[in-house]
This record gives sequence, C-alpha cells and structure tokens, in this order.
Amino acid sequence: MASILAVDDSASMRQMVSFTLRGAGHDVQEANDGVQALEFANKKKYDLVLSDVNMPNMNGIELVKELRQLADYKFVPVLMLTTESAGDVKAQGKQAGATGWIVKPFNPEQLLSTIKRVLG
Amino acid sequence: MDAVATAVKNESGSTDEQQYLTFMMSDEEYGVDILAVQEIRGWEESTLIPNAPEYIRGVINLRGTIVPIMDLRIRFGLKRVEYSPVTVVIILKVDGDHGERVMGIVVDAVSDVYTISDASTRKPPELTEDRNSGFIKGLVNVNEKMVILLDVDDLLNISEDQHHSGVIDN
Amino acid sequence: MSIDLSQFHQIFFEESFEGLDVMESQLLELQPQEVDAESVNTIFRAAHSIKGGAGTFGFMQVSEFTHVLETLLDEIRSGTRTMQRNYIDLFLQSVDCLRAMLGSIQAGSEPDMERAAALKTSFQDILKQSSSPGQEGDVPAETVAANAEDTAGNGDGDDAETGWRIIFRPSEDILQTGNEPFRMFRELQELVGTEHLTVIPVTENLPEFTSLHPENCYLSWILEVRSDISRDDIASVFEWVEDDCDIDYQPLSSAAVKEHTSDTGEAQTDTEQNSVVDDMAVVNAEPPAALVPEKVSEALSAAGTQKAKPAARAAKANEPSSIRVSIDKVDSLINMVGELVITQSMLGELGQDFDMSRLARLQEGLSQLEQNTRELQESVMKIRMMPISFAFSRFPRLVRDLGGQLSKQVNLVMLGENTELDKTVMEKIGDPLVHLVRNSLDHGLETTEQRLTAGKSGEGTITLNAYHQGGNIVIEVKDDGAGLNEERILNKARQKGLVPEAQELSSEEIHQLIFLPGFSTADVVSDISGRGVGMDVVRRNIAELNGSIEVKSTRGKGSTFIIRLPLTLAILDGQLVKVKDETYIFPLVSIVESIQLQKRSLNHVTGSQYVMKLRDEYIPIVRLDELFNLRSSDEEFESPMLVVVEGDNEKVGIVVDDLLGQQQVVIKSLEQNYQRVTGISGATILGDGTVALIIDVSDVGKNLDKSVKGQPRPGQAA
Repeated sequence: MASILAVDDSASMRQMVSFTLRGAGHDVQEANDGVQALEFANKKKYDLVLSDVNMPNMNGIELVKELRQLADYKFVPVLMLTTESAGDVKAQGKQAGATGWIVKPFNPEQLLSTIKRVLG
Repeated sequence: MDAVATAVKNESGSTDEQQYLTFMMSDEEYGVDILAVQEIRGWEESTLIPNAPEYIRGVINLRGTIVPIMDLRIRFGLKRVEYSPVTVVIILKVDGDHGERVMGIVVDAVSDVYTISDASTRKPPELTEDRNSGFIKGLVNVNEKMVILLDVDDLLNISEDQHHSGVIDN
Repeated sequence: MSIDLSQFHQIFFEESFEGLDVMESQLLELQPQEVDAESVNTIFRAAHSIKGGAGTFGFMQVSEFTHVLETLLDEIRSGTRTMQRNYIDLFLQSVDCLRAMLGSIQAGSEPDMERAAALKTSFQDILKQSSSPGQEGDVPAETVAANAEDTAGNGDGDDAETGWRIIFRPSEDILQTGNEPFRMFRELQELVGTEHLTVIPVTENLPEFTSLHPENCYLSWILEVRSDISRDDIASVFEWVEDDCDIDYQPLSSAAVKEHTSDTGEAQTDTEQNSVVDDMAVVNAEPPAALVPEKVSEALSAAGTQKAKPAARAAKANEPSSIRVSIDKVDSLINMVGELVITQSMLGELGQDFDMSRLARLQEGLSQLEQNTRELQESVMKIRMMPISFAFSRFPRLVRDLGGQLSKQVNLVMLGENTELDKTVMEKIGDPLVHLVRNSLDHGLETTEQRLTAGKSGEGTITLNAYHQGGNIVIEVKDDGAGLNEERILNKARQKGLVPEAQELSSEEIHQLIFLPGFSTADVVSDISGRGVGMDVVRRNIAELNGSIEVKSTRGKGSTFIIRLPLTLAILDGQLVKVKDETYIFPLVSIVESIQLQKRSLNHVTGSQYVMKLRDEYIPIVRLDELFNLRSSDEEFESPMLVVVEGDNEKVGIVVDDLLGQQQVVIKSLEQNYQRVTGISGATILGDGTVALIIDVSDVGKNLDKSVKGQPRPGQAA
C-alpha cells in the first residue's frame, strides 16, 4: 500500500486521518506543521501528502511550494485538507502546486474515496 | 499449591460443576469457590486496625497492596486457637460494588480441591439456629463426609456487619 | 470500512480546551490600537481548528458557532477590518461560551444554545456593518443551494442526458501539480463502467522531439461517456483541474446510447453513484454554516447529536482523563528501567552461586538498586507533574473582568509559572486560588482615588508567585493594597465572641483570625468575594491537600497569602510515632510542635477529657491509645510525648509513647479492600515491609468534638 505523509496541527484530526489510512493498509507518517513535514519529505519520498492549510510555523500553501521545489516531489500528489471551501484558498493551493483538496468536515469513507482517486 | 493442583480429581468443564478449595476448622470441612482464591500463604504478623471488629486481625502488605485479614474461627464464633507457623491464610478476591476486593481468611489447614456439581449440593436447612447460616451457600457430601460450601461474597462483606453481629458479640 | 469517530473525541476536547486557553490569553494581550498580526493569526488558527474538528466529529452546534467568529477574525486577519475593543470582549465571551458548550457535550448533555445564539447575532450584526457585506457568505450559499438542487435532480435523472462527449485539453504543466489525466479517466471509468467510456487521445499538439519537454503534457483527449450520468458528476472528476484546462461538454444523441441504458447492472451503478454524490454534497455544504439551507443544517446537527451522545458517555466512563507526557519524561523513564534491568541481572547472577567473598559486590549492587528505585520513583512522580501555569492561566482574564467591574486598575504579575506540581493537587488548588485573588482584588486593593490619596500609584498590583521550597511547593498571592485592618478584625472577632474581651493578641495572631469559620470583614458582602464562602473554606480545602496557609500583612503596604503544598498527594512527609507496639504516621505538615508531656500542665475538664495550657492557649488532649482502644486509660504512660497538631483550624494535642524518625511514605488506600476507619486517612508500607497506618489529624479533632459535646470548647477561645 501507499506511504502517506499526513500534516495537521490538530492532533485529533491527525489521529483520525492516520487511523483511517492505516486501517486501509497504508503507511502513515504524521507531522505537526509544514516545517516538520518538510523534514520528513527530505528524508523519504512519500506516495502522497495530505496537508492542513492553517498551521503555525509553515502553513499548507507554503509547504506545497516548498515540496514542489524538491526533485522527488515534483509529481507527487499533494492534497489540501481545508475548511475553506471559498475559492481563493483552493486557488492559492492550486497556484502553489497542490493536486486537489478535501473539504472539511469529511468522514473516513470520504477521505478514503478521495485518496483512492489519486492513488488508484 | 502443587498439592492443591494435583488433588484436582475431575477436570470436567461442564457448566453446572464448580471447583472448590476446602479447608479445615474445628474438624469441619469448608469449601470456597476456587476461582475466588488468589493464593495461599502462611500466617504473618499483621498491623492492627483501630476499632475493627474482633475477627479482623489487621492488615498485611501483599506485594504493595494493603489487605485485611479475617480470622474465620472468630467470625464463626468457634473456639480461638493460637496461631502457629503452619496456620494458613487464604487470600480471596471478589468483585464488589467498588471494584475488586481482596481479603485474607485465617483457617486451620487447607484440605483438598473437589469438583462439585450444583445438583449434588443441598441447600442449608432454613430454620437453623446456626448464626453462621448467612455465609453458607450449600452442603454437599464428598466421600461420605459433609462439606460446607461458603458464599465468599457474603463472607467478605464486612460493611453489612450488623447483619451478622450476633457472631462477634459472642 | 466503518470507523468509530468517538475514539477521537477525547483528544478533540482536550485540544479544543487548549485552543480556547490560547485564544483567551492572546485576546487578553491584544491592544486594539496596535494589533499584532501574529496574535490574530494564532487566535484565528485556534478557532479554525476547533471549527474543523467539531465539524469532522459531528458537533455541528460548535462548528456553526465557531464559524461566525472565525469569519470576523478572518476579516481582521486579512486587514479588511480593524480590531475594536468590543470585538475583543465579544471574542472573550465566545471563548467562555464555547468552553461551556464543549463541556456539556463532553459530559453527554445538550449544550445551552441560548448564549451562543445571542453571540452569533452580535457577530452577524458586526459582519453586516462591513463595507463589503456578507460577500464571502453569499457566494457559497448559492453554491450550496445549487448543489442541493443538483443532488435532488440527479435522483430523478432530470438533467441527465444519454451521454457526453468531453473534450479535455489540459495545460502543459498539469503534471506538475501531481494531477495525472490518466487517473481522472480511471475515475470516470469507475463511475460509468468500463464498457461505457471511450478515450481518444489527440496528438496534434505534440511538438518536435527536440523541443519536447518530458515533464510537460502535450496531449489532449476526447472522452465519450455513454451513460445517463449528469454533467456535474463528470465535472466532479475534473474538479481539481478545471482551472488548468479547457474542457467542453457536448451531449450525445439519445439514439446512440439507448442500447446501453437497458444494460443490467445499470440501476445498481446508478444508486451507488447517487449515494456518493450525496456524500459529496454534504462535504461541500460546510461553508458559512449560518447560511446553509435550514433542512440541510437540521439534518447535519441531528446526525451530529446522535453521534455525539454515545461518545460523551464513553468519555465519562474513562473519566480520570489522560495526562500529556513529554517525550523527554518517557525517555528518561525508559533509560531508568534499562538501568534497573542491568542491576537486576547483575544481582541475579551474583545470587546464583553466592559466597561471602562476594559480599562487597552484593552490597554495591544493592545500593545501586536502591538508587535506581529512587530515581525511578522520582521520574514516575514527575509524569504527574504539570507546570502551575495551568492553574495560573485563568487569572489574567479574571483580573481583567473583575478589575473592570470594580473600576480598579490592576496589574497582574505572575512569577514561577513553570514550577511543577502534581496534576491532582493542581486541580484542587484552583478554586482556593481564585478565591484568594478575588479577595485581594475586592478587599485588598484600594480604589484608584484611595490609592492616589495615599500617595501610591493608581494602579494596584497583584502578584502570583510559585516556587519550590524543600519538598513543598509554595504559592504566594500578594497585593500592594491597604493591608489587613487589625483593629477591625479584632473588633469583629470580639463581637462574635471568638476572642474574649480582655485578651490581647499580637498582630500575627490577629491576622490568623480571618481563617476562623464565618469570619468576614467586608462592610458590604459583595458579589465578588461571594457570600458565605470565607477564608475558613479556603483553609480547609488546602488542609485537605495536606497543605497549609498563612497570611502576612503590613498596614498600608499590602498582604501576602502564603500557601504551602506537598508536591504530590501520593507521597507524604511523615513523622513516625510509637503507641504501645504499633507504629503510626503523622503528616509532618500538620504538626505544630512535639513536646514532652508535663503532667502538671494538664487540666481536667470533664470525665476523661483533659486540656493543657500551652503558652497562652488551652488545647484539648487526646490519648491515641485510648482513641484506638489499644489499652485502657488507667494504664499510665512512662514518658509520654505530646504531638501538637493542627487540622481544621483547631489545635489538638495527641499523646503518644515515643517519637520515631521522619520519612517520606507512599500513601496506600485502606478503603480499597477494607473500609474507612475513623482517625485514619490511609496506610503505607515501611522499609521492613510491614504496614503502618497514617493518622487523619482533622478526623481526630472532629472525634474529640463529639466526645466533649456540650462542654465549653477551651481550645477555640485562643
């Protein structure tokens, strides 16, 4: 199964996401914020990155920008987990290089079906 | 404990059968549900609890837990005997209202383990004058001898003491 | 796959309460004139996380409410609106409101929505005043409405055509966002079934090989879908890339498709599809919750409450909540256990064939074991330790609100916030501290005018200070107010008959009078310090934690309340005493002094009750051997010791045979397997493995009250 980097500053969301993904057989690495995520990404190439947008230190948009600078992460799907369904956050994410988004709140089934969309 | 284990005569797992650990006091044989028995120890000095009923000998340290010790002879109004190095304490464990409750009972000697079916157990005679009848769950004949089966929950329930107060006052 | 979301509720509540604390402390620091962008960001993030989590875990009332304050915060954050003082007040009230809502949900009850509704209206009023009113809200509302219609429409197949031809021309750099056209086709294929999808690649834009960039996408595609799928369902597949491509939808003629629609399995695909779409609609329906169509919102919150209830029950069952432990502490524990294992194997080896020549090594091993054990014990205790900032954090808000209410200017100084103490002690010291701080604000600090008249700065200062001293934690609540009015206190005490008219008291003795039951000096009992709850209650609460409180005060300069608490409730500093053959333990903190008992200083009061004059005080005497029925009272002591203890405001002299050493003991429960025993608070295990009982000092005092009932109480008159 896929290896996934899950980034969120909220522990409950992170746990929910990683529990769901692990339950589906994926390997999950959790990160608290963009800075920590980038450290993990530098060490290993994950198949998919799921990131919250609003985070301290480095937010999700900045994280995507940084990731796209890494050779390994040029084409790796990056999905934003966002409560903002407002167009500008999506647009910012897209512009930064995000693959797509999952709008919060979502349930585990919705998360898995969206993941499936990018992982097959 | 090895002796106890080998004394098990019947390992049948049928549901209406229960194993009892029996012990001796004043030539009578008593039995307690073996599932309630946590361990068997020798008598050791205990620390007095102020203003406790006489049958509560005190508390001991059982691997870091404070465990009260009850003298069953006194509780049953039997003649008191001096404790010796072979005096036995059976540590019993029951599920009470406030979680698990562990207590030790001092008896003369451990006797045997029997598998007893519910069907062969008789109810204790109801109109008895015996003040200990409240603890008795039933009577059963094993090898031509009568064994008194005790209700461990009732035995360890000291908070309802008024109930059995006749025993201590004696 | 079904996942029980309730397992994440506990952590959601914890982090939400933490988030609210963060919001509160940041809000308190905000100055409307010079708003720090990072602070607003932090506040916004906290609100945002609560909203997101609440939505995910089904607490819709919370997410809906949080949404309005988030909207206002967002406008402030983005600079379209400036922070105002009344916004800060409103945000602070919302923090309280959210705390209460989350608290009720956590406890398994319905949150009170009245307050939330009122606050929400206030926020909406503010948002309406904006120059660009509700701009943000209107658009998604329409989208939601549209979505809802579409979803409804799908079921009837209203706008469903017999098929679509899709011309899909992605931009060249589409791959660089991680989007693969192939994946989208696959998804579409799953939606409609393999046999209903035809993909025709168009290569006309492919450049010369030499100018071909391998990372770019030059292809476009024509996709033919022969199914009654709606255009919106197809569009959802391309949702992420619609801005990065040209996409045209052309309906296919119905004749071309007819044969396909009669296929078996079609109906099934259709229903599955619809359920997916329904879910998606819910996902997307999240924006401006206040504007979500009523029906949807009702259904959501109904689902929310249904989910919330069992979870709350589960949380209750696990009641003694969790502690967050830093990795450092866990690591140090693991290290110590490692050392313990090494020592154990060393000792085990030594024991295998031991002879006296190896005695020195054995002793060395044992002392190592002792050290390991002690370190391990300390580290385990540290797990329960939390910085006192958890208890202090509520005070900035409290002082701000109360200061405003009383029109007093107050500067709050907090020192030693990182001083650690046991979590249980922390939870129990909160209320007494609140009482002391309120008291200092209400009675301690003067009004601004009074201060200025007295030549002080108009702004009063309250200082909270925490530090370790010996095995205790000391917490000071200090004000630079008027100090205790000794004359008034003494008069009051005389009026109430607590002090005989003729008796003179030192300043210090007068100060301690305020801890007597029912003592209140405020001329007007105000709402703030509260009626009926006096310093005696504070003192009793602290005594229950095996702690003590004293007050130091200088007229005109201020007062300092000093609380001493043990670091933990699990361990106690004990004085071992001997009574007949038994060893008992007194909590060291309750002992005032220990003296040789002088027969001639004993006075007979009545029956077997004695009192003793100790300096200026008469204190009742209790024989522990009598109280515990260890021997009859006519047996005499050889050289008795008197331990003077203080519990519940009253001194009692307890007669014992001998004083033994002092040591720290680990408190064990006697009630767990036995029952509560009068005069005993618990048990412990001594070095030799035997059990010793711990004396409950205030219980001994209470017991005495009963025995001398109806008699004058000489001990109290001091």
